[in-house]
Amino acid sequence: MSQSLRTPTSQVRGLGASREGTNHYIRQRVTAIALIVLVPWFIFSAITAARGGYDSVVAWMGSPLIAIVLILAIGSAFYHMRLGMQVVIEDYIARTSTRQALLIFNTFFVAVLFVATALSVLKIWFSAG
Amino acid sequence: MAASQSADTRPLSPHVQIWKWHWTMAASICHRVSGCALYVGIVLLTAWVVAAASGPEAYALVEGFLLSWFGQLALFGFTAAVTYHFANGVRHLIWDGPGFAFAPQHASLVSMVNFAFAITATICIWLFAYLG
Repeated sequence: MSQSLRTPTSQVRGLGASREGTNHYIRQRVTAIALIVLVPWFIFSAITAARGGYDSVVAWMGSPLIAIVLILAIGSAFYHMRLGMQVVIEDYIARTSTRQALLIFNTFFVAVLFVATALSVLKIWFSAG
Repeated sequence: MAASQSADTRPLSPHVQIWKWHWTMAASICHRVSGCALYVGIVLLTAWVVAAASGPEAYALVEGFLLSWFGQLALFGFTAAVTYHFANGVRHLIWDGPGFAFAPQHASLVSMVNFAFAITATICIWLFAYLG
């Protein structure tokens, strides 16, 4: 410890060079654990629903349990996606201004897709009820 | 940081062309590539959900695209990316959590298993979609 060049405050905060500590790491993995369950469910459930065309898809999304799990899946997937693309941008884009612009775009892109899908599911659910 | 890019004459670490390809390297690169593919491909699923909420005409439009040869090809690629990213993602969780299969021969074996899983699972999902 006496050899460390880091200040005592920096060591206690534990945020490291990235200034965000283990936040990103943990969130990436927590969303991954959620997706282990949600992704296989989505694939089989969605294929089954899609086979019956529009009416069957709307009936599927309109059932409360499906709508809830679907929004959980959408939320986890988009959050996980945002975190993953953040790392890709940070790794490959050296120019600070471009990197920051892309990081902001990443957040906006994912937020728009998330809101659009989540509200669509809610709309179908509420109009079914 | 940005200013030092062009003037920096320090030696670089060996780049991707220098390395002999091996399974774990391919697995790692494919994890990132499949993740990026999913990032783009999820727009298709978003369009599908939004179309369902917009009404039968909008849904018919998106469904028509997804069922066209190009749409099916894109969905097939998406399925392959999902299954691969899923299998290799589980491996990452095993590395981070229980922390086994780090030895090179085990890591290579698991990488091969991940590719095999992705191929098998993709075929099974599409058999289910068409025949199930």
